[in-house]
Amino acid sequence: MKFIDEYRDKDLVLKVSEEIRKISSKPITLMEVCGGHTMSIQRFGLPSLLPETIRLLSGPGCPVCVSSRRFLDQAIAYSRLPDVIITTYGDLIRVPGSSSTLDLEKARGADIRIVYSVMDSLEIARKNPDKKTVFLGIGFETTSPASAAAVIGAHREKISNFHLFSSHKIMPPAMAALIDEGVKINGYIAPGHVSTITGTSISQDIAKKYHLGCVIAGFEPVDLMESILMLVRQYEDNRPGVEIQYRRAVRPEGNVKAREMLDEVFELRDDWWRGLGVLHASGMGIHKKYSSFDAEKMLTVEVEPTREDKGCICGEVLKGLKNPKECKLFAKTCTPQNPAGPCMVSNEGACHAFYRYNRNS
Amino acid sequence: MHSIVTTGILNKMIKNDKILLGHGSGGKLSHDLISSLFVKYFNNDYLDKQTDAAILDLPANQVSFTTDSFVVDPIFFPGGDIGKLAVCGTVNDLAVSGATPLFLSAGFIIEEGFPIVDLETIVCSMATEAKKAGVVIVTGDTKVVNRGKCDKIFINTAGIGKIREQHLHIGEGNLIRPGDKIIINGSIGDHGMAVLAARKELNIQSDIQSDCASLNGLIQNVLAASDGIKFMRDATRGGLATVLAELADKKNFGIIVEESQLLVRPKVRAFCELLGFEPLHVANEGKVVIIADPGSAAKIIHAMNDHEFGKDSRVIGEIVSGYPGKAFINTGIGGRRILDMLAGEQLPRIC
Repeated sequence: MKFIDEYRDKDLVLKVSEEIRKISSKPITLMEVCGGHTMSIQRFGLPSLLPETIRLLSGPGCPVCVSSRRFLDQAIAYSRLPDVIITTYGDLIRVPGSSSTLDLEKARGADIRIVYSVMDSLEIARKNPDKKTVFLGIGFETTSPASAAAVIGAHREKISNFHLFSSHKIMPPAMAALIDEGVKINGYIAPGHVSTITGTSISQDIAKKYHLGCVIAGFEPVDLMESILMLVRQYEDNRPGVEIQYRRAVRPEGNVKAREMLDEVFELRDDWWRGLGVLHASGMGIHKKYSSFDAEKMLTVEVEPTREDKGCICGEVLKGLKNPKECKLFAKTCTPQNPAGPCMVSNEGACHAFYRYNRNS
Repeated sequence: MHSIVTTGILNKMIKNDKILLGHGSGGKLSHDLISSLFVKYFNNDYLDKQTDAAILDLPANQVSFTTDSFVVDPIFFPGGDIGKLAVCGTVNDLAVSGATPLFLSAGFIIEEGFPIVDLETIVCSMATEAKKAGVVIVTGDTKVVNRGKCDKIFINTAGIGKIREQHLHIGEGNLIRPGDKIIINGSIGDHGMAVLAARKELNIQSDIQSDCASLNGLIQNVLAASDGIKFMRDATRGGLATVLAELADKKNFGIIVEESQLLVRPKVRAFCELLGFEPLHVANEGKVVIIADPGSAAKIIHAMNDHEFGKDSRVIGEIVSGYPGKAFINTGIGGRRILDMLAGEQLPRIC
């Protein structure tokens, strides 16, 4: 398949693997920020191709994983309102809330629909004018522009029954907070898709402030191996900086138009991240101008007190302080079928990826 | 063979167009439906007698017996429909356990208002597939539920087959040893992605065909060609990965699969990439995984290649003494990772 096979070329991957082995002389810890990277690394078995000097940590870049349990409890409360259709990406459907899941509410009769795009949600709103359609907006700069476009579209077409419940977040505060909290890493495998929107600026800030290498990486095996090689080279030569490996998608200036839409619809607010707590100006609330499309403003619900599972270390996993296998619940009481924490639910969650691809090796 | 049907009744029913609650009542409408549709298409002496239970001649001491229910959505998809699937699914469950499928039952739960023409299409495709597989549908049942109480039509089939003494071990696989080869009869992921693509909500144009097929002919050829078969299983829900991970679980051997040997059709692969699915976890309805003695593998592949459903048969891996209880895959780029069962439901109502 064009645009994929080139980046899954065995000879090329093995050549890069050999090169990494050759030049990597001292231990180095790299964090892949993005959940998509975690999944690819495990799916293709990349750890088996790296020398012992290299340690990979999974970071906070799985939207489902960092979202608060309160967000889910509130979504569940919305789903119990009469005449409300909840639309969501499939990832959220099985994430445990304090006492229920969207899956369970659906079985109990709530109208909860899985969509592949927020635009499908807009369409559902258009077709059901007598109902309120709520889209559960999660994700970083990759998904938030689509949510912004939906709000702008609803405003333009006067689809007044479309509401966005935003848990959208921006990546840089989390990347900085991890280092501030003392997580010891020597470089970031920086998020590829987020950077298509933001450009290199977010990595520049991190690299400068913390003297850390940041390589903006694609998602295929060749991309990831090359990115690791670039970071190892930077580290060995002691010249940390920002490089783009994912050149076919990322431009230094990013996607200006998408950012304009984000600025139009959202305003930054303090937000809670699993494992990191409240980070200043890290969440994307909906601008006053569009408050009639803001589920939080338009729908009133009582949300149950948040209850977290005891023993779940998703927070520490997200900070890269612990490996999923170090969790007492991992693969015992916490499995993808019966997840205790969000990192086991999401396809992009580190616990899920380890469970699926790396549980016993 | 004679049928009690008069086409007149069917024509009159099709004019009425929809299944009514009365069609499942056991009264006149039920009688008309059974006579004009089921007896007409399934067409055999057992049904013609219209007895409450079919009396069967079973030629073997050991019989194999299985049942499966079908709720696929949508009911018509490229490469098949719920009727064909209901026959193939049960035929295959019997065949992979080493049995020769002989008789099927068919139970229908139909939603009030279901178009009779669609029911006719489904019944016709069941009859065609049963004939092709050499099985007879000897008994059945129809229930109609209120509109909204089931989605269009659900079908249950049960099946009976005869099994020879020397094939009794195949279902359990207790003769599997390190060095045995893992064989599959072609591409993976076709059925799941064909059904998914046929769902309107995704709005995807695709001509991916389901691999839905009765495999008993292919399997008969293989069993006749070699006595080196250690295990067979059809790789349905959960896909190839789930079959292999289940097989290795709690055993004293491990499994290694070579990703480079797997056949995934380009359109299936592209669709999987788009949706983030793993082809190894996507359902098949016409694929059998065979574990065979290494010395017999070539002969088995040769026999499979002679059959229309075995043209792309290949060895994809082997049983190893290392990694007991686990299945691993050597990835196409030279890495290695665990091959696990599908966690949770990837696609609801795939069969």
